[in-house]
Amino acid sequence: MTTVLPYVNFFQTKKGIFSWIFSVDHKRIALLYLYSILIFFLAGATLGVLMRLELLNPGKDIMEAQTYNQVFTMHGVIMIFLFIIPSIPAVFGNFFLPILLGTDDVAFPRLNLLSWWIYIIGALMALSTLLFGDGPADTGWTFYAPYSVKTGTNVTMSVLAAFVIGFSSILTGLNFIVTIHRLRTPGMNFLRMPLFVWSLYATSWIQLLATPIIGITLLMIVAERVLGVGLFDPSIGGDPILYQHLFWIYSHPAVYIMALPAFGVVSEMLPTFAQRTIFGYKAIAFSSLAIAFVGYFIWGHHMFTAGMSGAARFIFSILTFLVAIPTAIKVFNWVATLYKGSINVQVPLLYVLAFIFQFMIGGFTGLVVGALASDIHLHDTYFVVGHFHYVMFGGTGFAFFGALHYWYPKIWGKMYNKVVANVAFVLLFIGFNTLYFPMLVVGLMGMPRRYYDYLPEFHLPNMISTYGSWILATGILLMVGNLIAGFYRKGPKVGRNPWNGITLEWQTLSPPPLENFDRMPQLPLNGPYDFEHKPEIKE
Amino acid sequence: MEHTTGFVLPNSGHNRDDESSRMGMWLFLFTELLLFGGLFIVYMVYRMLNHEAFLLSSFELNVTMGTVNTVVLLVSSMTVAMSITAVQRGNNALSAKLLAITLGLSLVFLVIKYFEWSAKIHHGLFPGMDLYKALPKGESLFFFLYFIMTGLHALHIIIGAVLMGVTIYRTKKGLINSDNYTLTENTGLYWHLVDLIWIYLFPLFYLIH
Repeated sequence: MTTVLPYVNFFQTKKGIFSWIFSVDHKRIALLYLYSILIFFLAGATLGVLMRLELLNPGKDIMEAQTYNQVFTMHGVIMIFLFIIPSIPAVFGNFFLPILLGTDDVAFPRLNLLSWWIYIIGALMALSTLLFGDGPADTGWTFYAPYSVKTGTNVTMSVLAAFVIGFSSILTGLNFIVTIHRLRTPGMNFLRMPLFVWSLYATSWIQLLATPIIGITLLMIVAERVLGVGLFDPSIGGDPILYQHLFWIYSHPAVYIMALPAFGVVSEMLPTFAQRTIFGYKAIAFSSLAIAFVGYFIWGHHMFTAGMSGAARFIFSILTFLVAIPTAIKVFNWVATLYKGSINVQVPLLYVLAFIFQFMIGGFTGLVVGALASDIHLHDTYFVVGHFHYVMFGGTGFAFFGALHYWYPKIWGKMYNKVVANVAFVLLFIGFNTLYFPMLVVGLMGMPRRYYDYLPEFHLPNMISTYGSWILATGILLMVGNLIAGFYRKGPKVGRNPWNGITLEWQTLSPPPLENFDRMPQLPLNGPYDFEHKPEIKE
Repeated sequence: MEHTTGFVLPNSGHNRDDESSRMGMWLFLFTELLLFGGLFIVYMVYRMLNHEAFLLSSFELNVTMGTVNTVVLLVSSMTVAMSITAVQRGNNALSAKLLAITLGLSLVFLVIKYFEWSAKIHHGLFPGMDLYKALPKGESLFFFLYFIMTGLHALHIIIGAVLMGVTIYRTKKGLINSDNYTLTENTGLYWHLVDLIWIYLFPLFYLIH
């Protein structure tokens, strides 16, 4: 005779730090990722603010040239490897993939925990360069040879850290693919999966198939530094272009590891706040796979000025333009989803709208640098920096924040202060565009990136940009503070479905119990976003 | 803490699912292929750039030892495949024996590899040593690639041997039987991959003239 007790949520099942850092529950692992990722994000953002401060005026403001080189490298390594690659998949993927599929965990729960530990070990290795060795790397996050072979700074450790973190990414991808294949709830075939699951599926394949290449390439850098083998350094017989090829064979697909999950969460939020089915479900689902596929073949567009045959450059440029097609398909479908929807303007929707706006600027500027002729002019200028931040921060970063506000009540069972959240959003939006739009302009004017100094004629845009960084930093602090205040005490409790969403996570308790579901999840009649046949959700 | 309401999800991630384990192994093997793939690309590029030097260097390698090792690995692949069939038919003792033979063969491979490597290190051909530094650049690349690729492969042999040991132990304990032999299968899959990579390494370094 079993006793029937009320469900306790996953926060309450066990207490103590060890019940967290050795937990195999995907929800706890997701929160471990969230807290570590947010800490690294704040660290990376601080470095970014310091860089902007240095660039406030021409000449030296607060740091030496060498320090600046190390700061932008650390900023890049933290933001790319520790924040944006794991951000959405490791946090929201881990938390919501099993729930969206109607199951209680990922396929390999212990492997999932191992991924987090590997991530933390890699992160500590990356940060250890601050304290040990001859100072943090000054090569930029790309570790381009031959400089990465010759510099006296501690490149070896930074590179090994990136290598180790790569394994975490591979294992998460592997875990998600098997989970999606094996653990869908009865009745959920591939075409009834929510779109976030589709985008995670495409992302996971890239993580699995691209990351090993960067792993072995980074090991070759280590071998070259330690053993003096002439792999990439031309003065001892190596080929630096080969390094660039090997690096971008991974790192270009990695851009889609960063972007595709953002497309996924946006596709989740739009139907909820338009209260209607997503427009073009299949088009959005398959365009994720198309982006993942084409993304493998366009790495050469990072190297238009590095020395390639005209034919190779032409082909890489054409293929780069091809990626715009599935991406545009998504944007059109998102906008069409809002058409004739019953739009409920909530904080997450604001982030989604900002995402679409900023991601479009990022996408269009991407075409500008993807075209051969204009790239010759813009290569290695601030235009590229602006483009990249519009895609990654304005796109993925804003989608991450939007998802945080969207799933917040489900994760913690409470609501944040919506007024403060709106103010923080406005600050973020204004700050972001004030910070990065001048970079596009100053890049067109010809200001090269990665210098701590610049010519006097670039002063005004740089000043505006730095002011923007202060607004943005205020917005980030306000947003994070508001979210923390919400779950510590102030937020009101919410029921199962505060946004009137339709996917399976809204059918369970907030926060979910350890087993995720207290009753069998019900699928809508026609596809995952069929609001006309939405299963009734009793509290 | 008991808190059951009698409701259990049918598709729990904590259920035993052999299909998941196999799929996970296959996906892991893809990543291994790509890991070596990066090195194969580097090999290809530098071979094309330094054709003569690679040819000259390859004469330094001992084809007899390489051939013996190839045969050793091929036979070990056969014995591991046989051990899976044995456990499927319920013959655990035979399965453990065949795995033990595979483990023995992997050690034979490593011993032969040890003699090959130590001969070259004795000559000073390991990256960083005196003779190595004096080599023309194409030849030094050849020996670097030789050491890193066969070294990474040997590391995989060692991991495979450990995995084999675990599988033997669990088979003898009765934890692996005709209803539950995914570990044996996955060990076999991994071992075949290690074998397969050697099948490419052997001609690339020893045979192509």
